[in-house]
Parts: sequence; C-alpha cells; structure tokens
Amino acid sequence: MEYAAPATLDNALALAHETDGQVRFLAGGTDVLVQLRSGLFEPDLVIDIKQIPGMLDVTRSPEGAWTIGAAVPGRILGTIEGLRDDWPGIVEAMELIGSTQIQSRASLVGNLCNASPAADGIPAMVAAGATVSIAGVDGLRTAEVADILMAPGQTNLKKGEIVTSIDLPARVAGSADAYLRFIPRTEMDIAVAGCAVNLTVKDSQVCTARVSLGAVAPTVLLVPDAATAICGTCLDETALNDLAAACRAACRPIDDKRGTVAFRTDIAGVLARRAAILAYRRAQERESA
Amino acid sequence: MIHVKMKVNGDPTEFLCDPRETMLDALRDRLNLTGAKEGCGTGDCGACSILLDGNVVCSCLVLAAEGQDREIETVEGMAAGEDLHPLQRKFLEHAALQCGVCTPGILVAAKALLERVPDPTESEIRYWLAGNLCRCTGYDKIVHAVADAAIEMRST
Ligand SMILES: Cc1cc2nc3c(=O)[nH]c(=O)nc-3n(C[C@@H](O)[C@@H](O)[C@H](O)COP(=O)(O)OP(=O)(O)OC[C@H]3O[C@@H](n4cnc5c(N)ncnc54)[C@H](O)[C@@H]3O)c2cc1C
Ligand code: FES
Ligand code: FES
Repeated sequence: MEYAAPATLDNALALAHETDGQVRFLAGGTDVLVQLRSGLFEPDLVIDIKQIPGMLDVTRSPEGAWTIGAAVPGRILGTIEGLRDDWPGIVEAMELIGSTQIQSRASLVGNLCNASPAADGIPAMVAAGATVSIAGVDGLRTAEVADILMAPGQTNLKKGEIVTSIDLPARVAGSADAYLRFIPRTEMDIAVAGCAVNLTVKDSQVCTARVSLGAVAPTVLLVPDAATAICGTCLDETALNDLAAACRAACRPIDDKRGTVAFRTDIAGVLARRAAILAYRRAQERESA
Repeated sequence: MIHVKMKVNGDPTEFLCDPRETMLDALRDRLNLTGAKEGCGTGDCGACSILLDGNVVCSCLVLAAEGQDREIETVEGMAAGEDLHPLQRKFLEHAALQCGVCTPGILVAAKALLERVPDPTESEIRYWLAGNLCRCTGYDKIVHAVADAAIEMRST
C-alpha cells in the first residue's frame, strides 16, 4: 500500500486515475483505518484528501445553501453559525456518531461513502434532499444522496471519483428536520433503527415532507408514502398513525443480535412519529421567527 | 518508507514509517512514547487517545503519515518535569486508576475537555469520556478526579 496526500483536486484525480489497483480515499479514516487494520482489504493506494483546498470548509451561499467539504469532521458542524438553525437534524445525526475521539475525525461524506445501512448521517442527508458534488477526470457532476446508495457498503461512485462536498439547499421559512435513532445504550452503539424527517409547515399544516429510515433495509430508505401520510395535515393522531404505518410497511430489516425483524419494524414507526413531532415543533418555531 | 516531520509535545520530531503504520505504532515503536496504549485497535476503547492539533483522536485510527506538519500531544507531555499536571495529581489522590491501561488516554481526553469547558457538569464529563473505556474503576473515581482537577485549575 502507498499513501499520498495531494495538495490539489486535479492531482488527486490524476493519481486515482493512473493507479491500476485499488484506490481508497481517506477523509477522517474512522472506517478506512478500521477496515485496513482488520485485514478486510488492503488498497494499493490511499489518497488522503485533507490537503485539498475546500475539503475542510463549510460555506453558506448568499441565498442560504450550504456546502460542507468532504473531510469536515463532526465536531465542527455544531460550531458553524447558522447551520444548526437551518439543519438541526443533520447536525444532531452527525453528532450521534461515535465518541469525542471519533467526532474529531469522522465526516458526513465518509459516512455516506461507507454506505452502511445503519449509518446515522445518511437518513438525515436523504431526508434533507442533500446532493453531493462529485469530481472525476471527466469533470464534475452532482447526484442526490439517495441515488448513490446501492447496497450495504456499496455506492455507485465510479472508480477514481471524489465526492468534494455535501450540499444542502437553502431553507424556506417554517422548515426543519430531526433525526432519532434507537440504540440499547446512550452512547457508542450502532443504530437498531433510525429515522429522519424533514418538513415545512405553513399555518400549522405540513406542506412538504421527506421521511427517511436507517437500519431497516439493505440501504437507507426514502419513504414517499410516509411523507404523503403527513402532508396536508396538522400532524394529528391519525396522521401520525398513518406515518408510522407507512414506515413499518417500508421496512425490510434483518434479524441480528441488536434487534429482531419485528422489533426493528415496530421501532421504526415509533421513531418516525417522534422525529416528525420534533421536526414539526422546530418548523413552527422557525415559522414564527 | 515515508519521511514524517511533526511536533510531539512541543518538540520537532522526524521519523520514517511504513505507509500502513498507525500513529499509535509510530509513537510507541519509533518514538518510544509508550504512554498511549492499544486496547482494541478499532476506535472503541480510547486507550490510544492523543491530541492531534489540539483535538482528541484515537491514534490507532490515524495513519502515521498523516502526522506531517501536525502537532501531537501525548500523556508524556502533560507533566512539567517532576511537576504533575493537576489531572495527573487528582487521579492519584482519588485513586482513579487500577491497572492504568486506560489512564494515559483518559488524562489526554480530560485535558482537552477542561481546555474547552473549564467547569463541566458530571454529565458533560461522562459524555466527553464515553469513548474511553475502563474495565477496572467503575468510572466514578475518574469522573470525580476530573471534576476536582477542574476546580483546582479554575482557581489558579
Ligand atoms: C468507535 C466508532 C464508533 C462509530 N459510531 C458510529 C455511529 O454511531 N453511527 C455511524 O453512523 N457511524 C459510526 N461509526 C462510523 C463513522 O465514524 C464513519 O462512518 C464516518 O462517518 C466515516 O467518515 P470518515 O471521514 O472517517 O471516513 P473514512 O473512513 O475516511 O472513509 C469512509 C469511506 O468513504 C470513502 N471516502 C471518504 N471520503 C471520500 C470522498 N471524498 N470521496 C469518495 N469516497 C470517499 C473512503 O474511501 C471509505 O470507503 C463509528 C466508527 C467508530 C470507529
Ligand atoms: S486502541 Fe485505539 S481506540 Fe482502542
Ligand atoms: S484502570 Fe484498568 S482499565 Fe482503567
């Protein structure tokens, strides 16, 4: 294995392109190093992206859209003025990941590219309608987060493609998101199920919504039926029950030591209700603000 | 081999390492700084905690090569000569260690906490240290020692 820390995006892309064998990009390394050391794989080249300009930056456009560089560690997100106000669910999902030590290194983009079905950052990004900017030798492209997830541990990024940032759209008044997960303890565990809800309210009515579930299928899911269940409602009990039912209907979980199929399916509905209530309350605060 | 130049506990340091080598292995095997310990090698236990540009990280999950031009602090840098850091003294006073394998990592992590939050609540201490496992003490003495060190550090 070789290691390189190119100073420009072009150099990184050229290096990745020219290497015949396996290439891995290195952001915070909290997945890469674990996999490397467990002997799961040994790439021929590890390309550290942290020296590339922009990878550690968070910026907000004049219109209010956010660009989060691919290697920005979790601990930074909560310190960026205005980010938590716009995207509380994204920030809380990222902050749930690992310990203080992991927060110093782990990134949203790494969480996405590792493509674990149980990743905490992914449902929040999917519900947010986040897109990723992707650079390759043939140029730049953007993709919806939900569209690059293929299977456990698998994205459809082409060899040598680098995600340069996560991009979040500008917020309209009365919108907010929320992410909740269930784990058997309070810290340092992998989600048994997780749910992110992103919605906009106007005069107490939900006008748009996106609902995403984690750890209940081979990839993180976007559940359009769950959004339909609450749109046009004031999130009354009927709407919440419909939401939970739609989420449970979308679950295709596995049985493992952390949870059974029945438990995961049930808890997904519970989390969806609670995340929707939380997002709704936040959105109302932001409507009046 | 990769040539790495970095600062360790304030001193400019250089070494050669294999591209696969972790910072933990480089510190222990090349620089003879054996304070940081390997408990798990997978980021779960925190025994290998060090500061990388002032932030606590698991050195088992950092490549040694990533150290280029960075500043590293380890438990070896905490005492000033014979004068122990207040955290180190309080750990002794409170008997906040038994076998001691977790201690260097916890001291380093706690130091980073107190630099950011001089007056942490008990639950802030517990959450901050959630990535530092101790199989001996049951944590209470560790938490008390950190809180007590915070009191002393605030008054000086
Ligand atoms: C102790 C511990 C606890 C954890 N707890 C949680 C948890 O509670 N919830 C959770 O969701 N996760 C958890 N994780 C995993 C989480 O830390 C990672 O998924 C992290 O978010 C990945 O980010 P990174 O920057 O460390 O990525 P890396 O490890 O650097 O990279 C991850 C993957 O993404 C690829 N990659 C990275 N950057 C790019 C890029 N710019 N372009 C293309 N590909 C790229 C890499 O090649 C690799 O395949 C935990 C990990 C540890 C060690
Ligand atoms: S040895 Fe690094 S976290 Fe356990
Ligand atoms: S004192 Fe033994 S692990 Fe903490």
